[in-house]
Amino acid sequence: MAIAKAGIKKLLPEGIELISGPGCPVCVTSQEDIDRAIKIAGVKDVIMATFGDMMRVPGSLGSLEDIKRRGADVRIVYSCIDALDMAEKNPSKKVVFMGVGFETTSPTVAATVIEAKRRKARNFFVLSDFKLIFPALEAIAGSGRVGVDGFLCPGHVSVITGSVPYERIAKRYGKACVITGFDDADIIKGIKRLVDQIQRNESEVEIEYRRAVGKEGNVTAKKVLRAVFKPGPARWRGLGKIEKSGLKLRKTYERFDAEKEFKIKIPRPKPHKGCICGDVLQGIKSPVDCKLFGKKCDPRSPVGPCMVSSEGTCAAYFKYGA
Amino acid sequence: MHELIDVFRSKFSNRILDELSDAAEIRLREDRLAFSTDSFVVKPLFFPGGDIGKLAVHGTVNDISMKGAKPLFISLALILEEGLELSVLERIVSSIKQASRKAGVKVVTGDIKVVEKGAADKIFINTSGIGVIGHSGKSVGSRARKGDSVVINGGIAEHGMAILNAREGLGFESGIRSDCRNLNFEVERCLKASRNISVMRDPTRGGLATALNEIASASNLGIEIHEKDIPVKPGVKRLCDVLGLDPLYIANEGKFVCFVKEKDAPKIERSMGRGARIIGKVTSAHKKEVRLRTRIGSSRILPALESDQLPRIC
Repeated sequence: MAIAKAGIKKLLPEGIELISGPGCPVCVTSQEDIDRAIKIAGVKDVIMATFGDMMRVPGSLGSLEDIKRRGADVRIVYSCIDALDMAEKNPSKKVVFMGVGFETTSPTVAATVIEAKRRKARNFFVLSDFKLIFPALEAIAGSGRVGVDGFLCPGHVSVITGSVPYERIAKRYGKACVITGFDDADIIKGIKRLVDQIQRNESEVEIEYRRAVGKEGNVTAKKVLRAVFKPGPARWRGLGKIEKSGLKLRKTYERFDAEKEFKIKIPRPKPHKGCICGDVLQGIKSPVDCKLFGKKCDPRSPVGPCMVSSEGTCAAYFKYGA
Repeated sequence: MHELIDVFRSKFSNRILDELSDAAEIRLREDRLAFSTDSFVVKPLFFPGGDIGKLAVHGTVNDISMKGAKPLFISLALILEEGLELSVLERIVSSIKQASRKAGVKVVTGDIKVVEKGAADKIFINTSGIGVIGHSGKSVGSRARKGDSVVINGGIAEHGMAILNAREGLGFESGIRSDCRNLNFEVERCLKASRNISVMRDPTRGGLATALNEIASASNLGIEIHEKDIPVKPGVKRLCDVLGLDPLYIANEGKFVCFVKEKDAPKIERSMGRGARIIGKVTSAHKKEVRLRTRIGSSRILPALESDQLPRIC
């Protein structure tokens, strides 16, 4: 989205193509996970707390915004701690925080879970759909389906993880990696560094976003994350199941696990006919290759997450032009 | 109810209102009038830079001014939720009085209804206003012309961000205040400075981007604006960045854009005062579309707001 907003693609010389990958945790949340959140939100005396991003994402049962209109108590929060405070103020309700995000976001939720234990909260739960980006990056680098020469790596994830995990991608798959920020100057510098590496036949990890990212990342955040969550399998929209790419609450914090509290069975939803979000997310197809793009699927009535998410590739194409 | 009416009478006494008739009798020399109505349901009622009362007066005054008309009289209708404290009502009504005085308009007719608890959210206000079209009998239209410059009178997104910060209790000590104010005198200066104004618009809900799209569509012309020229206060920009919001889509309550022949654009900029900027122009290319020339020299489409922006983490 940052690239589309700055209009960078139009300025690139021929021979450089930018492909969007699964960099948006909202876009890669499976329909099943959204349906689970919607079902839980519909349970009596539940307050579903969510970041704004997730409100309009469609599952097969509609979106959280739809169920809110039908009377469910769904509220936007700016931070997970707001959800914990909400639980304290509403002792007769169960407050469920819908956790979607990569490593940028999950540590703050981990810290909130630790705080919830300290406060002996009995009515606060986390529905963890958090994901880890590196397994997905490996899956794409190793799949052979997408012919990329290098990766522009996510700046804010890297603030937490540091640059070390990318070294495996660079070495094992021979792909140049540059960690950039989000403003136009960052992205352009990042692209230049990638091109320089590729022209020199190098596959190194570079940090362009030096004002925020260090080699080791945020050690405290990583520690807190490991203390509360453990990796497990996760289903990624468009990529399918990837082992050890999701985060689940550890046994010590099980009582805050919304999945265990609500035990809701969700049938595997059928993907929308014609929706190619999966291929778009992997960079195999472009939004304009999709039969639904701009016809049955647009920002007002999105079919897949790539259109509804404000960071989605299809939303960017639609709003700002290819 | 009489107690409530007394709150009004004490604040708004004027020859027309004091008659206490069912309708206000107004005599005007001009035969071309501008007439506008708007309703106000803002939450919270009081915010940095203003309140619902001030908003209710200036909102309607500004809509009339955008037509190039001089606002003179407004009506004031209140719907009150049972249980609203009298002190809150008095504070709002005082603010309405102050705002009307500042704008030079008279409240000449009004109504109050009280509904049961839960049927309204504390207070809803409707104001309608009448203004007279200028001496030349020429009003400002709704269509831009090819080659017009686009001039804005100051920084965007202040009102919307002030409200969001206050309503959600975000706790940002940003010093951001709503820009809510009356624009009629500033508009008068612009009308005196140039006879070549084609359209004016105050970009309220949906922000600058949506207002420009409406004008481009109505005019069947394209508009191009330059990112580097759009004024945004640094504090406002930073809060927008933190919340993942685009200032171009955030509401304003004290800003307007003026489309004017290119040669008169500097005069309009001076008439608007400090903070005003020429931000773009009207073109026959990309009809009905608004494009933004980014600060790195590229260009992208600037669509209208589809649905309310939601704060994002990602």
